[in-house]
Amino acid sequence: MKKYIFEALITLKNGILDPQGLATQKVLKRMKYPIDNVRFGKLITFEIQAKDNVEAEKLANEITYNSLINPVLENYELKLLKEIEA
Amino acid sequence: MIKAGIIVFPGTNCDRDAEFALKMAGFNVEYIWHDFENVKKYELLFIPGGFSYGDYLRAGALAKFSPIMKEVEKYVEEDRGLVLGICNGFQILTEAELLKGALTKNKSLKFICRDVDVKVINKKTPFSKYIKKEVLTIPIAHAEGNYYIENYDYLKERNLIAFEYLNNPNGSIGNIAGIYNEKFNVLGMMPHPERNSVKTLGNGDGLHILMSIRRSLENE
Repeated sequence: MKKYIFEALITLKNGILDPQGLATQKVLKRMKYPIDNVRFGKLITFEIQAKDNVEAEKLANEITYNSLINPVLENYELKLLKEIEA
Repeated sequence: MIKAGIIVFPGTNCDRDAEFALKMAGFNVEYIWHDFENVKKYELLFIPGGFSYGDYLRAGALAKFSPIMKEVEKYVEEDRGLVLGICNGFQILTEAELLKGALTKNKSLKFICRDVDVKVINKKTPFSKYIKKEVLTIPIAHAEGNYYIENYDYLKERNLIAFEYLNNPNGSIGNIAGIYNEKFNVLGMMPHPERNSVKTLGNGDGLHILMSIRRSLENE
């Protein structure tokens, strides 16, 4: 078994209102920055034990899609950061 | 007496109000801790509001993995009774995909706590068929009550909209305050009927919904 460290980047889908992003954008605009489209997301990292990276990717996708995101509102991107020999 | 079970998660905080209101409506009431799995003996399951699991990850997102939710799913599938989710209960039901769509942050960025007027839309369900009023005044108290669904027509065509706000407080699509599932045995709504169940707490409009549920269950 090896350990795989993943990073899930979770973002709101287009068209979903992001009041946090809007509030931040308003403040930044008030400070005269030429800024638009501020959107908040989430970054979640986790370690998976698996026999190879195919299995690890499968598990990581399953966990992210089924448990970490709400598919009605959010998209995600998974990145394998590191593979560690156990 | 009709038996109602109030499901309690860590962080639920409207359970006592629910007990009071359900008793006022003539139910026999018990609490069910989320770790327990037996829900079969109840004719109504009440998922109250609050902040289950501290609203971590997303409101309602962690509660859906509690052992009891698998049983609730079966309960709905086998038509064993009715399920009513209020506020965080509604959020849990959408996260568990027992109801369509999702609840996201209020458009105003604010936590809103006040009375709102909602119109009864589908009047033919067990939850609504004995409600005589057209419009009910019921309190809301939420930061994430902005209902969203990609396919709004799906709800409209199947008559799944339970209540609509007269003045949309949170940005919900189509002014939606509450919806049903396709079998009409699950209702989720953001307003809190249990917080206006007697005249001392307002005008008692919330009781109409609970009374309709009880009468429907009795007449089944």
